[in-house]
Amino acid sequence: MFNFVSFIPRAVGQGIPLLFGSTGETLTEKSGNLNLGIPGIMYVGAMSGVIGAFLYEQSLKASGAPMNTAAAIFIPLICSIVGSLLMGLLYCFLTVTLRANQNVTGLAMTTFGVGFGNFFGGSLIKLTGSDVPSVALSSTSARFSKMLPGVDKLGAFGKIFLSYGFLAYTAIVIAFVTAYILAHTRVGLHLRAVGENPATADSAGINVSKYKYLSTCIGSVIAGMGGLYYVMDFTSGVWSNDGFGDRGWLAIALVIFTIWRPNISVFASILFGGLYILYLYIPTGTNLAVKELYKMLPYVVTIVVLIVISMRDKKENQPPASLGLPYFREER
Amino acid sequence: MNDKKGPLFHVARRPHMVWYKAWGIRAIALILALIACAVITTLLTGLNPLDVYATMIKGNLSTPRRVWVLLQELSILLCISLGLAPAFKMKFWNIGGEGQVLVGCLATGAVMILLGDKVPGPVLMILMIVVSLAAGALWGAIPAFFKAKYNTNETLFTLMMNYVGTQLMAYFIIVWEVPKGSGKVGIINQASEAGWFPMIGHNKYLLNILIVAAVTVFMYIYMNYTKHGYEIAVVGESQNTARYVGINVKKVIIRTMCLSGAICGLTGLLLVAGTNHTITTSLAGGRGFTAVMVAWMAKFSPIGMIFTSFLIAFLSKGATEISTMFGLNQSFADILTGIIIFFIIGSEFFINYQIRRRSDGEKEA
Amino acid sequence: MDKDANVAVSMQHITKNFGPVAANDDVSLDIRRGEILSLLGENGSGKTTLMNMLAGIYFPDGGQILVNGKEAVIRSPRDAFDLGIGMIHQHYMLVDVMTAAENIILGLKNEGKLDMKAAAARITGICSRYGFDLDPNQKIYDMSVSQKQTVEIVKVLYRNADILILDEPTAVLTPQETEKLFGVLRNMKKDNKAIVIITHKLHEVEEISDRVAILRHGKFAGMLTTKDTNAQEMTNMMVGHAVQLNIRRPDPVNARPRIKVEGLTVRSSDGLIKLDDVSFTANSGEILGVAGISGSGQKELLEAIAGLQPAEKGSISYINDSGETEELLGKDPLTISNMGVALSFVPEDRLGMGLVGSMDLVDNMMLRSFRRGSSILTDRKFPHNVAEKVVDELEVSTPGLSTPVRRLSGGNVQKVLVGREIASAPSVLLAAYAVRGLDINSSYTIYDLINQQKERGVAVIYVGEDLDVLLELSDRILVLCEGKVSGILDGRTAEKNEVGLLMTSLGGEDADE
Repeated sequence: MFNFVSFIPRAVGQGIPLLFGSTGETLTEKSGNLNLGIPGIMYVGAMSGVIGAFLYEQSLKASGAPMNTAAAIFIPLICSIVGSLLMGLLYCFLTVTLRANQNVTGLAMTTFGVGFGNFFGGSLIKLTGSDVPSVALSSTSARFSKMLPGVDKLGAFGKIFLSYGFLAYTAIVIAFVTAYILAHTRVGLHLRAVGENPATADSAGINVSKYKYLSTCIGSVIAGMGGLYYVMDFTSGVWSNDGFGDRGWLAIALVIFTIWRPNISVFASILFGGLYILYLYIPTGTNLAVKELYKMLPYVVTIVVLIVISMRDKKENQPPASLGLPYFREER
Repeated sequence: MNDKKGPLFHVARRPHMVWYKAWGIRAIALILALIACAVITTLLTGLNPLDVYATMIKGNLSTPRRVWVLLQELSILLCISLGLAPAFKMKFWNIGGEGQVLVGCLATGAVMILLGDKVPGPVLMILMIVVSLAAGALWGAIPAFFKAKYNTNETLFTLMMNYVGTQLMAYFIIVWEVPKGSGKVGIINQASEAGWFPMIGHNKYLLNILIVAAVTVFMYIYMNYTKHGYEIAVVGESQNTARYVGINVKKVIIRTMCLSGAICGLTGLLLVAGTNHTITTSLAGGRGFTAVMVAWMAKFSPIGMIFTSFLIAFLSKGATEISTMFGLNQSFADILTGIIIFFIIGSEFFINYQIRRRSDGEKEA
Repeated sequence: MDKDANVAVSMQHITKNFGPVAANDDVSLDIRRGEILSLLGENGSGKTTLMNMLAGIYFPDGGQILVNGKEAVIRSPRDAFDLGIGMIHQHYMLVDVMTAAENIILGLKNEGKLDMKAAAARITGICSRYGFDLDPNQKIYDMSVSQKQTVEIVKVLYRNADILILDEPTAVLTPQETEKLFGVLRNMKKDNKAIVIITHKLHEVEEISDRVAILRHGKFAGMLTTKDTNAQEMTNMMVGHAVQLNIRRPDPVNARPRIKVEGLTVRSSDGLIKLDDVSFTANSGEILGVAGISGSGQKELLEAIAGLQPAEKGSISYINDSGETEELLGKDPLTISNMGVALSFVPEDRLGMGLVGSMDLVDNMMLRSFRRGSSILTDRKFPHNVAEKVVDELEVSTPGLSTPVRRLSGGNVQKVLVGREIASAPSVLLAAYAVRGLDINSSYTIYDLINQQKERGVAVIYVGEDLDVLLELSDRILVLCEGKVSGILDGRTAEKNEVGLLMTSLGGEDADE
């Protein structure tokens, strides 16, 4: 019998970083910006949080003061937000203001961001002259992954629905709120118009650059929180280089898979997360190789979705029409 | 009429900039980028900025072996960029270089493992070449087919193909792992050296470098002097014009992506048969993405790409030297690479656009 | 000054220059409430430019605009909206994947919370008031062109515009849709709105408008009351008197049928009829001029012959020197040239189709010749020689053969294109608006080149917009009107106003189906 009670929480844990990432990228892509820097931004978001938490824990160690829960949460959170925000601003400055090629800019940001994460992950101790063997932020992490009191008494229900840290619920709330804003508000309407047809939006008096900047920067911050969740909650505060792996690209795949709908992403991210660990739950005998094929599934499924939406050519399911293209209003 | 509402400055497309000014701007951007890199290195390590570059030069050029490694790195990066360039020139965003290289590696490795001791050396070598090129070409042709037929977004498609390739590689590594349970393939045909590229003299890298040099010459000719290259340029500039002169746009897209993927597959062959003699999922090591930037910075010119791949390879080795010296993490190189590319990307704006003060153009009011 | 209370807009002595070209020169006219004004003129007569100055797209260089009796400064579309002026352009500005209602409210900020129901109710109100047929929840991509136009008009009304300008609103409509639109316009007129329609279809002017203002070459040619005038008077004012250009016209030698078009019918991708049962013959050694209001099917006609435009029915046969006939329809340009048909085509879109702007002269010459020979390498010597010859013979002014053609002036770009197309010794030459935007000298160079081709025995099909040129250059003139052939005239005897009338109405039958 398939053990759902143990499977679901692990799938959710795998899925939440993807949910943050895909929500952020969906918001960004809706403005017409294809931000391939998301994997890098998630690394930066994670590492900025780690740096904040690390410095805070080190300062506590030095002074001997007890840990303050609010500070333990807000210092990494704010560091993470600032780090991702700066990345988002950089992307916008290059692609919107300087009209640089979005693909090249995004890939450069990913190179930079992954480098940033791994560099500080590997060098933080040396750079700060600390005398700890590894970056393990267990006490900060405990605050992040703390679940509601009494959940463990609720049996399977508690385990499946209530056993997560606050960032997991934040991710779900952000995804639903983003979906609502995109579909049901004036701001969402204007943002979609910018991504579909910036010239039309411009002629209707919508400030195209402002919308692109805002959605991309907010999207980056959301994606960065995915990195923060991964390191602070999922891995219990232990940073390992390249541990985050290709989850950033998986988040971009998820955007396509959900055909640009963050509310679907709430469930799809758990599905992707589940596919990622499915091999653990399926009797494959001694054949470990098959697990690698399971890991391929999310990408294959995404490709199939991409092909099907282009074949069916249903307009609602297409990528935003101006995705990847810079907008430049020629002087009249 | 003083109710000027617009911003004080406005940006207009520059009609044309003479080539030396354009390269001047790029040179300034590069210098600024190098200064920024030095400042950051100094902040992190306390090294005197001049010493930063001295260390970098030392890391690259101090011993013949290091020079060879630099040239090898340069060649691999260049080879992938050469593969991507025709696709980009056609305005087909092939960011699937990583996957195309990996399936090339996988195909080479498969032939070496499965047939290494079954067929004679020359036959084996020919099979490896054919299979690696074909694997890369297939990986490029799949997204191209759907692009041509259904206008499927090629950026996202090629991106996803990277990870399908990676996982395929991961699968076969476990299938062929030696010893069982290690999760590694290890050195293939260590004893027989079947399928290994021969050394020229005692140099492990020279053959790879020569092959890439030949590919560079080939691509230079292909893109600039052949009918195919000409068709690629026309399709990239205007599909309308291409149809007007009777070029079959779909055919050109698929054909070019086959070539693009095949050259990436060839890079896989060089990596496996030439230097590493094993297969791992990190053989491409992100170079499929770095090559996008290398090709773009050189404006897709094969000659220009020699310089841009040199720049990135040099920087990368140099930064590695610095991090080794200070016990820092190797990823330092990626940070510096990122910064340099940001500057160069940004500088293109000042070549293509000009900023004018609002008051100049508004005399008519 | 006429201080009529009904005057909504008064444009006085308006002048607008684009570089050295005067698009509008001292134009004055009034737009009145409760009235439909037609703005009539040939292509390039400055109608759209004039109205764009009311819509805030352009700012006049001279003169003033009074709106409701007060001087107005209109610097942006927003300023125009604030004054109650709304213009429906020929190119619709709509977001495809959104509904009509979403498009209509797009960009409105001062309405608080997004309430699609309230917006839809208001839209439905506007629609029933004027007789529009519009579902607010329908997606734009599901709409016909006329429905999209409705969305644009409702968008303007939603913003409370009471001065409406429509730029060639019927160009994309079927006769039935046109009738419907006119019904709506009449309702708006009853509602005391001021309406301007830019057009060059005389029967529509007669049907819908109260007054008609005529522009010619950027100047105001006169204001007529529709019920007191007739098509001939309007045509004469619109085209003016024939001007002597003294273009050489050698007599055709040994003219034989070369291209035979029969029953050609072409539909655009959105299903509109572009060519309707077109039949004619083009002879070798002869110039067949094609006259027509822009968008009457000229582009589709040339592209169909060149193998770029699929057709619904009909045939296009090529008859070679020995009298053998080959079908061209359904074949692509490469197949046509492989059949040995030397067909040259100077398209309207020079840098978007005929040439590659970023390539130099030699590479552009190569567009036609790059397939030569069996080598995989391109032969650069041949196009280089062609380029040299073209630069030399046509006096193209360029810094060198390696200059990107985008950097050449319009006249030189056209010389490069025409030069290349005739260098391949064609037997058929198709040319669309070959002298558009060119100065007098360059134009005459082009006429000469075309005449030389004719004397070589080439069948020339020349689409033009300047009737004076067509009358002096062509041996025969084919007149297109709304995709149909409304007449084929002898170029030596045809009168200008005769051609003008055929262009604007389908001979005697008019618009009655």
